[in-house]
Amino acid sequence: MEQPERKWTMIVDIDKCTGCAACVVACHAENNVPIVTEQEVVRGRGQHWIRIERYWSGEYPHVKAHFLPILCQHCENAPCEPVCPAYATVHSPRENLNLQIYNRCIGTRYCGNNCPYKVRFFNYFDPNFVEPQDQQLNPDVTVRSAGVMEKCTFCVQRIRRAEEKALAEGHPLREDEVVPACVQTCPTGALVFGDLYNPESQVAKLLEPNNRKFRLLEHLGTLPSVYYLKGGTSRVSE
Amino acid sequence: MSVNEVEHPVWRRPLLEGEDLAEQAEHLKRRHLLLDPKFPWEMNDDALKPMYRTSPSFWVIVVALSGLVMMGAITWFRQIYWGLGITGLNRPIYWGLFLVNTVYFIGIGHAGTFISAALRVLKIEWRRPISRAAETITLFGLTAAGLSILMHLGRVWKFYWLLPYPNQRQLWPNFHSPLMWDFMAILTYLTGSTLFIYLGLLPDLAMARDHTVGWRYRLYSILSLGWRGTEKEWAYHKTALDIFSYVIIPVMFSVHTIVSWDFAMSIQPGWNSTIFGPYFIVGALFSGVAAVIIVMAIIRKSMRLEYFLRHEHFDGMAKFLLILSFTWAYFYFSDYIVPWYNGEPVMKVVFDVLRRGWAAPLWYLMLFCNLLLPVATLWSRRVRSNTAALVMVCIYIQIGMYLERYFIVPVFLGYNELPFSWGTYIPRAGVLLTIASFAMIILLYMLFSRVVPLIPVWEILEGQIFQGLKRIGRALLPARSEPH
Repeated sequence: MEQPERKWTMIVDIDKCTGCAACVVACHAENNVPIVTEQEVVRGRGQHWIRIERYWSGEYPHVKAHFLPILCQHCENAPCEPVCPAYATVHSPRENLNLQIYNRCIGTRYCGNNCPYKVRFFNYFDPNFVEPQDQQLNPDVTVRSAGVMEKCTFCVQRIRRAEEKALAEGHPLREDEVVPACVQTCPTGALVFGDLYNPESQVAKLLEPNNRKFRLLEHLGTLPSVYYLKGGTSRVSE
Repeated sequence: MSVNEVEHPVWRRPLLEGEDLAEQAEHLKRRHLLLDPKFPWEMNDDALKPMYRTSPSFWVIVVALSGLVMMGAITWFRQIYWGLGITGLNRPIYWGLFLVNTVYFIGIGHAGTFISAALRVLKIEWRRPISRAAETITLFGLTAAGLSILMHLGRVWKFYWLLPYPNQRQLWPNFHSPLMWDFMAILTYLTGSTLFIYLGLLPDLAMARDHTVGWRYRLYSILSLGWRGTEKEWAYHKTALDIFSYVIIPVMFSVHTIVSWDFAMSIQPGWNSTIFGPYFIVGALFSGVAAVIIVMAIIRKSMRLEYFLRHEHFDGMAKFLLILSFTWAYFYFSDYIVPWYNGEPVMKVVFDVLRRGWAAPLWYLMLFCNLLLPVATLWSRRVRSNTAALVMVCIYIQIGMYLERYFIVPVFLGYNELPFSWGTYIPRAGVLLTIASFAMIILLYMLFSRVVPLIPVWEILEGQIFQGLKRIGRALLPARSEPH
């Protein structure tokens, strides 16, 4: 087994999240995520690699909204990986990423069933990028055809580009060189991304003595790489 | 000496002395096929004649079913062309009618193997005339199940990636995946049961070859592999069938266990239940035996097989059905009570949906079909001896078992740990493909019944040779003596 070099980690500070959904838009733009029609959304086929789950608490008029951005948790012990019969969803042991290989996927959709976070999306139809969306497709990201699963990649194309750039310039990869689209866009800085194995990184520092941190559905033992931070009263869910 | 004068212990049994004994013998003869021997040439005729009889209504049904199958083919083509979006699947309900159909079709196939292999091994004699009609359900049920899995795939043209085949990229399928086990198990079972039914068919194909002309003669000549019926051939045949029977029983049990693991191995609430393996097998046998009874009643009526399929066969199958209904209820109760007692929040919601939510009418219908109705009716000999009533019960059981699979697949999937992602499922194109799958099974069965003798003549003759009457005191009892 390859020794892991990095552990890409994201921190979502729920206390800072305003639910503006800028991350959702940024993700769509960066990753060529298909924009499905309104009718398809009604059918339950909305496709957003990162989504803002909105929960309400309290009785009217003292209603409070809680926002919970959910993206692929890049579980260390991912339930989606063992169930794929075609090895289309695999773990990258080098950097602890959960990868989806689109051209290996045959569309059994088992991974989607077994994902407790429901962050895997199936392409029910071929994507339809209407003008002018087709003019801004990201050339670094495959456009997925009908019949395959897709999900958040932690912007693996940005990670690769940064790695190659660092290699070409002959210096080790710096912390600030890898920024996923959602993190880049978040206006309140609720999203933080970095390598947990690097003790100098922002994520490592944020997580070290933090009593606000938790991971989603921890009782399932999936060991997600996405940490959530929450204060006392902003409790959303376990 | 003409054929009719051949001396043989089966056809020329010594007459019983005493009037009451003769009366008893007559009574037993009416009840039991194996005690009511016919000359082999009569029986050959009885088994072959229905194959040539095709009434106009037969062809009307064939054309109608072909139309439905064509509709399914077009729908499938549209689905391949446009994508799975034309079905009602969504997120989180990624599995819908196709997987329900797969589980259901494999389920109805289970009775065939059970009757022809397990009852053969257990030397239960009344299985003899039913075995092939039941095995044929296995054959076409599995075909439809395999097709359902293919319909389910997002990119069906890459289905062979499920198979471990040597390739230039040196990529293997993922042996950790229950779906991979499932695909292999179904393929194994399909291959095994096809060979098993073929092996049992050999002597009858040779018999049909000797009694037909034209295309049928040519077909049966090829299919019967030059069977002549020598002593050596029969000995080999018996050994092969014995080996196959013992081998295919564990395959039968493993297949539906593995199908259940598709669900039980996951972490989806409602699916991750350790009891699913045996529970699915009992469910499969339950729906399978009910399906066999329906088919038996239909072919008995339409192909005039009253001599072969008698009350004793329906009675035996119905008693078996009653036991299976109890067993199914026991497993269902166990599968219900543990999560209920556990009190997992998601399962509480699911049970609420079943008990008093939108699914309640269907859930109570399922309990009525699978438990209340069979238990309330099948204990009665009057119901068991009334074919129409029995068939009605069996049809209700089919509905109940289909609903049960429907609850497991798209209903449970709608509820997961994060309530934001809950969903409901409205099947769309899947309905057309389901109808087409059912039509395909019936169509294949109808055509098969006109090409292959559905009554295993050699098995019945063998049974009649070994079956006799034994006198104990003043009573006559059927007794079996198999020379070894």
